[in-house]
Amino acid sequence: MSIELKNVSKHFGRVSAVENINLTVPEGELIALLGPSGSGKTTVLRLIAGLETPESGGIFVRGAQVNNLPVQKRNIGFVFQSYALFKHMTVQDNIAFGLKIKKWPAQRIQARVQDLTALLDLHGLLDRYPHQLSGGQRQRVAIGRALAPGPDVLLLDEPFAAVDAQIRQELRQWLVRVHRELKLTVLFVTHDQEEAMEVASRIVIFSKGRVEQIGSPQEVYEKPSNEFVARFVGVMNVLELEVRDGFARRQELEFPAHGLADGQKLRIGFRPYAVQVSPDGSAYRYRAVLRRTYFLGVMLRLEMELPSGLILRSRMSKEDYARLGLADGRPVSFQIRSYRILSKEDEPLGAEVATAYEVPPHLGEGI
Amino acid sequence: MNTPAAPIASSSAAPAPKSDRSLIHWLLVAVAVLFSAVFLVLPLLNVFAQALAAGFGPYCHALADPDTISAIRLTLIIAAICVPLNAVFGVAASWAIAKFDFRGKPFLLSLMDLPFSISPVVAGLLFVLLFGVNGLLGRWLEVHHVKVLFALPGMVLATIFVTFPYVARELIPIMRAQGREQEEAALTLGASGWQTFWHVTLPSVKWGLFYGIVLCNARAMGEFGAVSVVSGHIAGQTDTLPLRVEKLYNEFDPVAPFAVATLLALLAVATMLLKALLEWKTRHET
Amino acid sequence: MTRSRAAAVKSFAPANPLPGFNITLGFTIVYLTLIVLIPIGALAIKTLGLSWKELWALATNDRALASYRLSLGASLAAALINALFGSLLAWVLVRHPFPGRRLLDGLIDFPFALPTAVAGLTLASLFSAHGWLGQYLTPLGIQGAFSRLGVVIALTFVGLPFSVRTIQPEIETLDPDIQEAAMCLGAGPWRRFVSVTAPALLPTVLTGFGLSFARALGEYGSIVFISGNLPFKTEIAPTLVVMRLDQFDYTGAISVALVLMIFSFALLLTLNTLQGWAAKFQEP
Repeated sequence: MSIELKNVSKHFGRVSAVENINLTVPEGELIALLGPSGSGKTTVLRLIAGLETPESGGIFVRGAQVNNLPVQKRNIGFVFQSYALFKHMTVQDNIAFGLKIKKWPAQRIQARVQDLTALLDLHGLLDRYPHQLSGGQRQRVAIGRALAPGPDVLLLDEPFAAVDAQIRQELRQWLVRVHRELKLTVLFVTHDQEEAMEVASRIVIFSKGRVEQIGSPQEVYEKPSNEFVARFVGVMNVLELEVRDGFARRQELEFPAHGLADGQKLRIGFRPYAVQVSPDGSAYRYRAVLRRTYFLGVMLRLEMELPSGLILRSRMSKEDYARLGLADGRPVSFQIRSYRILSKEDEPLGAEVATAYEVPPHLGEGI
Repeated sequence: MNTPAAPIASSSAAPAPKSDRSLIHWLLVAVAVLFSAVFLVLPLLNVFAQALAAGFGPYCHALADPDTISAIRLTLIIAAICVPLNAVFGVAASWAIAKFDFRGKPFLLSLMDLPFSISPVVAGLLFVLLFGVNGLLGRWLEVHHVKVLFALPGMVLATIFVTFPYVARELIPIMRAQGREQEEAALTLGASGWQTFWHVTLPSVKWGLFYGIVLCNARAMGEFGAVSVVSGHIAGQTDTLPLRVEKLYNEFDPVAPFAVATLLALLAVATMLLKALLEWKTRHET
Repeated sequence: MTRSRAAAVKSFAPANPLPGFNITLGFTIVYLTLIVLIPIGALAIKTLGLSWKELWALATNDRALASYRLSLGASLAAALINALFGSLLAWVLVRHPFPGRRLLDGLIDFPFALPTAVAGLTLASLFSAHGWLGQYLTPLGIQGAFSRLGVVIALTFVGLPFSVRTIQPEIETLDPDIQEAAMCLGAGPWRRFVSVTAPALLPTVLTGFGLSFARALGEYGSIVFISGNLPFKTEIAPTLVVMRLDQFDYTGAISVALVLMIFSFALLLTLNTLQGWAAKFQEP
């Protein structure tokens, strides 16, 4: 079921929650609404559900405007951040609730509950009450309850926020599986960009009530549309540079001036993978000392300190790390392969941010 | 005024550390127990002691008195009218107040605290000023031969006035604490307003509602001041149980007032037991 | 709906998908209007039709003044006793478990659940010359029934739960971290109590004091039984209201009722201000 928002705005009192939101969700996609707290992503979700009404703009489902359609008639499934399970009903009754409202015959309800129990692995839990379930179990029941009446779209509000890290992983896989098997349109809100990158096929990035970028995980990571997105998604080394003698500099680091005059400021960013590190002090131009190594599973994040005190982050596979014989405290040399310009003279850039500049060789090579 | 909503305060905090189990501890406990014995236990026991002082015979005889029987009936009728009305009001008011935001809510809440801030006698006075012979509606009532004061309607109104907040004050904090999410979830699942209320909200507040009704009932049956002012004290007709106790007391009967009082005391004991039951239930259901 | 009207509705009650707002609020307002506002309106209208001079005279004649003195004085005494013993009881119930604590905890509600008439009856009987307590106290000159002391006793009784139940939850939620911090800094139990616990509880104790004071001011039923209702001696203000009503002296009754209401609202205001002041020290 395709969903479209056209110029949707909503205020709460004097605070503007969302402004001029334009968004199209094609049928069957798994979309993440990503952004920091208060960026408006939950408001958009609730607007789609009908739990809030927009002040201006239109919300369309399959082409028909639904602004005035009450919640009950929108046929959406909603999973709340706190699950909002009916505390005094068993799991079975929770899941069957929407079906009883629709006056399904008992047999059909039973069959449906069985299907969902199998899909979400709720075996043995049907007679329990919510307070007897773990966080992960409650979440699956909440999903099951929302899915039972067969909605066209499933909306989830920070569904995995209140759960342990390990359970979170499992639940993400449930969500992907549910999406794949039921072929639903799924939108979920999250402030965890790792989660969005891992689960969604497209991400809508929010900031301060506006949409900053819509794109696939790869797009928003590699081609951020502005400074906010560049810094919000993934890890980014950010440097404030000042132009001196024709080059943009920060202490010992040197970059092209990009047309700016002496005294003007430039802010650039580069991902950890753009920083190449070598234990050989003469391999690259700049020096640093490796301070900390973070174990992230397959990759390692290296945190190194420059003589000026600046800290930069790089990335390396475990194998390379071992092969190069690196360790905390070792002196290294590094170069920055590519970077983006985030803002010139404190004016944040838009699409230009997506451009990755290669560092000219003469600024990168070692001695 | 934030009078405590006949609070269900369960003392479940951790006890003081072992080092406090000293002389001070037992001294404090002793004083507390002594004070309670004098002020709480003795008065309760005394009612029954005096009622049965002359034996079971006079006790039963006192209760079988026809005027006493009518007092019992009147009290029950008044409660049967007031409590359901106030229960419906309580549910409606707490739904509006706890689940919605609107301007003027503090004013509404203050209005609902009113019976606690004015003397029941003043409450009765209000109705006398409205329905009395020289009251605002006095002439109209006389012309139409409608009796409000010194009759059931007046007593019902006065009782409603002093008891209407009880159910709401129990429900509002509970409903507020539960927020709106369960109801919103029900809406997303297709439930209508009434279905949401009936299947989702009501079951989750049932113990609070139950206790609110119990309190409202205890208060309605035990109300003295306001009802006394509007009733006219016509024996056999407009005496409720508390008023009957007063009448018998003024007749210097040594047993009868206490006998009737035992009924009300039993009501109080039942109310306290139900509260304990409710606390136990809510503790076990969280 | 015009934009301004829609905006007005919105500013009154922001949109909320939950149904039933109009009907429940409407019912509530109608009910309150009929039960509360109209009777209060009757008082207002009647009062406006009376001469201020007469009202003042009746409100301040000697008998009325005597009744205020007794009402205020006895209520104050009762509230003080309840503040003291209420705090003690609350403290013991929370911090000093002993066998039978649950029972005592339940008993605290007894004055709240008991009809005031029965309370007055049994207290009067207890303290009368032949009563269980009176038989020992009367020879000592302590007249508990048909006296001002009786009024204080009855008012203490009815106000007790208000004090205890206000203070109890506060003690339960006292932050143990603060106590432990004081311990780490070397404070002994008495010092901790005086410097840490008591100040933290003071606002609540004052609130409990205020609530039992307010309760006592309006009390009527139990006083009827225990005081003897002698004008100038043991007649409280609510009794005077009833006496005047019985004599169809509406003006006289209204005058005293107004004074009572003024006392109550002044108390209410003080209480709310106090709570506002205390709230400043609470966690944001």
